[in-house]
Amino acid sequence: MKKPVLMQGNEACVHGALAAGIGFYAGYPITPSTEIAELLAEEMPKVGGYFIQMEDEISSMAATIGASLAGKKAMTATSGPGFSLKQENLGFAVMAEVPCVVVNVQRSGPSTGLPTSPAQGDVMQARWGSHGDHATIALSPYSVRESFDVTVKAFNLAEKYRTPVIILLDEIVGHMRERIDIPEPGTYEVLERPKTDLSPQEYQPFDAPVDGIVPLAPFGTGYRFHITGLTHDRTGFPSTKPAEVDYKIRRLTSKIEMNTEDIVEWETYNCDDADTIIVAYGGTARSAQATMELAREKGLKVGLFRPVTIWPFPEKALIDIAKDKRVIVAEMNLGQVALEVERILKQDIEKVNKIDGEPITPQEILDQIEGV
Amino acid sequence: MSNGRELLRLNKMPHIWCPGCGNGIITSQVLRAIQELEWDQDKTVIVSGIGCSSRAPGYLDFSTLHTTHGRALAFATGLKYANPELKVIVLTGDGDSAAIGGNHLIHACRRNIDITTIVFNNSIYGMTSGQYSPLTPTGSLATTAPYGNIDRTFDLSQLAVAAGATYVARTTTYHTNQLRDFIKKGMQNKGFSVIEAVTHCPTYFGRRNRMGGAVEMLNWQKDHAVPIRAAERLSEEELADKFIIGEFHNKPEPEYCERYAQLIANTKGQE
Repeated sequence: MKKPVLMQGNEACVHGALAAGIGFYAGYPITPSTEIAELLAEEMPKVGGYFIQMEDEISSMAATIGASLAGKKAMTATSGPGFSLKQENLGFAVMAEVPCVVVNVQRSGPSTGLPTSPAQGDVMQARWGSHGDHATIALSPYSVRESFDVTVKAFNLAEKYRTPVIILLDEIVGHMRERIDIPEPGTYEVLERPKTDLSPQEYQPFDAPVDGIVPLAPFGTGYRFHITGLTHDRTGFPSTKPAEVDYKIRRLTSKIEMNTEDIVEWETYNCDDADTIIVAYGGTARSAQATMELAREKGLKVGLFRPVTIWPFPEKALIDIAKDKRVIVAEMNLGQVALEVERILKQDIEKVNKIDGEPITPQEILDQIEGV
Repeated sequence: MSNGRELLRLNKMPHIWCPGCGNGIITSQVLRAIQELEWDQDKTVIVSGIGCSSRAPGYLDFSTLHTTHGRALAFATGLKYANPELKVIVLTGDGDSAAIGGNHLIHACRRNIDITTIVFNNSIYGMTSGQYSPLTPTGSLATTAPYGNIDRTFDLSQLAVAAGATYVARTTTYHTNQLRDFIKKGMQNKGFSVIEAVTHCPTYFGRRNRMGGAVEMLNWQKDHAVPIRAAERLSEEELADKFIIGEFHNKPEPEYCERYAQLIANTKGQE
């Protein structure tokens, strides 16, 4: 173990990206994500990586995709309004199946909202923000250390499933400082981009099984193929044939949904004997943990289910733990993950919501539990 | 020299362009320029946005990237920056580059990243069947300007010069040899190059504006394009319905990828 260090979630995200082998970062200044760009501007040249500040959020997303096509592990970071602007090319990355990582340090919205106040209002935008049917991988860390781990994992998932992966940080975790130990290389998994063993003549960039991908050959390595945002067939060229369109669009979802168990990550606390389960994620899970401890002191059997993967949601685990129990979903929005929890459990649930720019306090969740 | 068929994806033909379209003339000059400069087919990436001209890369046997509307230069910037060994050409249209992609264009010019951009300027949005663009001449007709276009136009080449592109030239689909020459010079320029190729769209611009077919429109180009030197001798009145062709700017400046390579070297030197 290295010496413990004090850092922000945003900084831990950068260290996670460096640990994962980031080769390219494009960004645009926006609070509360800017520390990510600032630190990478400093660190990237030291590791021979490429940093660029683009003219806007749209081009940052585009350049990130371009760099990934050139073979680099690529990332961009932003916050609410910037995340809205990124949706256009995020959809391109989904359609063209280009691995990349998009960090959204969530702040209060809609629109410019409260730039330096926390929120978790972009959960559904992460799922459905870009037009058209597709699946999404989105991860939401609750601590500084987990920001490191989740970022490494995001790069791995992006490469493994040839897809953009979204990290839903929030202002609480992004700006919070904690003492963490950055793990030594070799103690965590780093996945390199899979390589094709087909010759350029045989290679078809989208000739993938329903639950998988074809390794993406970098441009400039002798594999000459076409990438387009138009619906395309297995060769990558535009197609309007219904069977090919159907296969392509369904596969964008199935390649992720059929691998849900490989992707999802969650944690449970005190759930074995619990009759009440709090569901909370990101910064709010910290308050929920404190709530659980306060409740236990009072003799209340309260547990916590904390999804780290928000999309796809850890559906089976939630059913195992929370089905037919009292469920309270606490989140800094008006009930976005609550919708998913209701859908999965098919039962009435309770909600603790806050959208005033202040974090949810442990007492507020406790009040809900106690019916105050 | 071969006829260039090996640079085409012949199995993707026929192309989607209308009979008489000028896009094929420009595309063929791009291919001839690549041939004459002997660029490596495996190291050349051709990037485009959305629109008629942006469909060209699909027919060309290179690594090709057909991106979102207006964003070709932003994708291309990431590609080139992340692997400066790649040779990058961007094919774009007047709507793609001057309207929705205008911001990316001026900033690519400013950075002077080594990308050659060829703007297919047909004065109209062809793919969506004939709406006016920022390069549609004032007074012209379009489906969204049924009473005549009241917008002023950009001089795209002068905009590129002002924004910092290091090679800028304009010519037409009538002047094919000059077009190839300008494209080659742009490709040889170590920096950001813009070649504005004024082309003809008989289907959506020519028909609505009663300019005749492809041949008449090419003749119109011949009659209305004035070389820079000749233009210097003409009065403002004489130039009123003309446009200027030629090399507007050719001045090397430090290239962006090279500057970053230097920055990396310096940073590592300090470690």
